[in-house]
Amino acid sequence: MGSGIVTQIFQQIVNGLSLGSIYALIALGYTMVYGIIKLINFAHGDIMMVGAYSGWFAITVLHLPFLPALLFSMVACALLGVLIERIAYKPLRNASRIAALITAIGVSLFLEYGGMLLLTAQVRTYPPVFPGTMYIVGGVYFKYGDIVMLITSFVLMALLHFTVQYTKVGKAMRAVSFDQEAALLMGINTNNIISFTFAIGSALAAAAGVLMGVYFNTIDPLMGIIPGLKAFVAAVLGGIGIIPGAMVGGLMLGLIESIVSGFGASTWRDAVAFLILILVLIVKPSGLFGKNVREKV
Amino acid sequence: MKLFSKGFSLGMIALLSVSLVAGCGTTPKAGSSDSSTPIKVGGNLELSGSTAMFGQGAKNAIQLAFDQQNAKGGVLNRQLTLVAADNKSDAGESTSAVTKLVSQDKVIAVIGSMTSSVTLAAIPVVTDSKIPMISPSGTNTKLTMDPATNAVRPWIFRACFIDPFQGQVAANFTLTNLKAKTAAVIIDQKSDYSKGLAESFVANFKKGTGTITGTEQYVGGSDKDFRSILTNIKAQNPDMVWLPGYYQEVGLIVKQARELGMTMPFMGGDGWDDPQLYNIAGDAALNNTFYVDHVATDDPALATFVSDYKAKYNNAPNAMAALGYDAANLLIKAIDDAKSTDSEKIRTALENMKGFKGVGGEITIDPKTHNPQKSAVIISNKDGKPVFVTRVAPQ
Repeated sequence: MGSGIVTQIFQQIVNGLSLGSIYALIALGYTMVYGIIKLINFAHGDIMMVGAYSGWFAITVLHLPFLPALLFSMVACALLGVLIERIAYKPLRNASRIAALITAIGVSLFLEYGGMLLLTAQVRTYPPVFPGTMYIVGGVYFKYGDIVMLITSFVLMALLHFTVQYTKVGKAMRAVSFDQEAALLMGINTNNIISFTFAIGSALAAAAGVLMGVYFNTIDPLMGIIPGLKAFVAAVLGGIGIIPGAMVGGLMLGLIESIVSGFGASTWRDAVAFLILILVLIVKPSGLFGKNVREKV
Repeated sequence: MKLFSKGFSLGMIALLSVSLVAGCGTTPKAGSSDSSTPIKVGGNLELSGSTAMFGQGAKNAIQLAFDQQNAKGGVLNRQLTLVAADNKSDAGESTSAVTKLVSQDKVIAVIGSMTSSVTLAAIPVVTDSKIPMISPSGTNTKLTMDPATNAVRPWIFRACFIDPFQGQVAANFTLTNLKAKTAAVIIDQKSDYSKGLAESFVANFKKGTGTITGTEQYVGGSDKDFRSILTNIKAQNPDMVWLPGYYQEVGLIVKQARELGMTMPFMGGDGWDDPQLYNIAGDAALNNTFYVDHVATDDPALATFVSDYKAKYNNAPNAMAALGYDAANLLIKAIDDAKSTDSEKIRTALENMKGFKGVGGEITIDPKTHNPQKSAVIISNKDGKPVFVTRVAPQ
């Protein structure tokens, strides 16, 4: 059943979009945190891992169906995100950027190896949550799971966009990311807003984790490292600190990976992601959507 | 203050260098000859990570073998102790794990590891320390034969067949039973086992006038999304797909392949052997897949081992456990033949081992290659269970 080149390309696009939507969800967390406190939270990929495990717990032990499990996992990770922020990052808010960065790496390692200790590095499998119905449109195969993944990601991203642009909290978030001190002078409780940002970012990462678990079946304590790094690249690609940028960056990265793989250079797939990082930083460090903000004296 | 701190740091540097020098170059003593101290055997095993099921099964089986021997009074009137170190299915960790076993725990021999790349990483350490190592299931030729000098590695042995044989068995089955004329190959580029087995299959398949339509690669241990490479292969439309990887990725690959509408048979090697495969891929996806293995666990020759294992651990052993059991008993016999725990004597005893009857078959070590001649079985997956298809004896 040899498929034509066009069908092949469309199939790769479908593959790339579902992968890309996961990267986009994680990248959103990176970008929001950076936008608000200029910290690259390297522990973010591992929060995704905790989300995947919480979802697993909800599905296998608490026997919840998909949506409640997703919500359970999102709430659990939102709490974790706030906890990490209060314990590890808040005390360093006025310290040098390097100190905060190193702490982020430390939290990341803590989550990974703490997870290994608690959960043992044995792979856990998600039980099948969705019916395995396949849809075939013009020779291109979609799984039921593909569609759910895309829809869930887009709904979450739309909700985030709505929250940031049209609600009071969103306005406060934008204010704090623009100028933290001025926002404080305006009467905004910056501490709470920062914690809230972490909470949302972590919840999105948890959603990505559950989706990854459902889609790829297997979860292990080190699963957050590579997707976390790639999501970071996606956030930089779109413009770190810019929310639509993270979404676009994530989808683009997923597509590029799929296409590179499709051209037979599957071993270069991971390398390409980091090559993009290097190119973006050399050519346009502010990313696709970023503007170079000059400091006016 | 300045002088004090300078002197202090110089003192620290001196202290650290002394400890460094003391740490290197210690030759471990091969255990005291006091008959009350237990004999320590090291296990450099994959107890966590992507091939954890192999190491766990082997560890349990080795412990079972040791317990059974200890109940009979041990060997040389001393009890056997297994000191297990987890190499996390990673080559880098393997080197540290075996270094710890050899220099800290002072084991007299090492059993390990289950996978070829991980075993290869441990070889320099045991060779330098002159400790014999038996790999229960490492099948790559490089384990016992150094490719640079084409000479046998004196301290390394194995309890299983090698990949050239496995590839040949698979290729013949593919050509004769599956009647495939074209095949695509998917290789785990991080695994020496996968690369070696793919080479052997391709060479034998081509000899039998088969054609390879294409080769794709993935990174074992971290890749989870294989749909792009599978889409490529689907377009090539091969009669079958050769997938010599480990069960964790194999499960995902077969599952994703079936979801893309690929119905051709998939086949692989002993890396497939684990019940986790069914959890990961789902029973339906694994229909029409096959793999080469060391033993079929429903073989009546293994019945006693299987029931002993089940009684102790409450679940059935996999083929790797059977090989671990054989490796442990092989070592016990070698210690007995050597009548000593001296590493050099054990090594010689292993090298001259003939006619050892293991549950996985008879092991006679060829002194020129340290490989035993063992037969292979072909298993097919049907409705969530492995089904024995045929046994192939070595030529």
